[in-house]
Amino acid sequence: MAGYRTDLARARGLGSAKRGVGTWIAERVTAAALIPLVLWGVWSALGLARGGYDGAVAWLSSPLNAVLMALLIGVGFFHMQAGLKVVIEDYVHAPASKAVLLLLNLFVCVLIGAVAIFSVLKVALSGGAG
Amino acid sequence: MTHSSPGSAARPTAPHLTVWRWHVTMLASILHRASGMALYVGALVLAGWAVSLASGPDVYAGYTALLGSIPGEVALFGLTVAVFYHLASGVRHLIWDWGQGFELATASLMAWASIAIGVLGAVLVFILAALEGAL
Repeated sequence: MAGYRTDLARARGLGSAKRGVGTWIAERVTAAALIPLVLWGVWSALGLARGGYDGAVAWLSSPLNAVLMALLIGVGFFHMQAGLKVVIEDYVHAPASKAVLLLLNLFVCVLIGAVAIFSVLKVALSGGAG
Repeated sequence: MTHSSPGSAARPTAPHLTVWRWHVTMLASILHRASGMALYVGALVLAGWAVSLASGPDVYAGYTALLGSIPGEVALFGLTVAVFYHLASGVRHLIWDWGQGFELATASLMAWASIAIGVLGAVLVFILAALEGAL
């Protein structure tokens, strides 16, 4: 009897297609990475707040600061995209609005994240000139 | 999910918010999402900082003056609360994901602790900023 059932009929009710797990884990892994990165970022912001332009350029010219800042931005925007994606999926059910919002979320995060990381690298590699 | 695809029976829906007795873990859950969405703005502020720094001294001076204005500092304080709350509440979620901390008393304690860390962390940062003359 079971041999005559379609693949779909057998799969129904057996759970997910096993693809959501990676997304779920990625959100947790980036969360763990952001714990030290965000604490470092807040601590750094205290120093940057009184250093002015020259202080900020000198600070970002340190390779360690430049790498950690690029990581904070990259991992932060990844986590942010994953987090808002879940919120949109939870509350927006109209297929068209959902697709548009998910695309907008992804594009905004990738675009702004790329611009921010490029800015960090520009200052780090050129000393802020120009 | 309240909608159903054509041909399928109507699915049961979760009880609405209003039928639950209020509990601090509910507040903590709502605040976790709210602070996460506030940090969307925070990330844009951070990106704006990087772009203004790369744009030269004049743009950077203008941007930091905006952040240092009274509305700017109020917004930064709110974002700092969101940073510390989302961080602490996120650790709370990681503890749950680890399979620990589901007892009612522990869950309530972690919710209250997250709220306290959010407020106290931001107050501490702004006290340090004031002491260093950064405000």
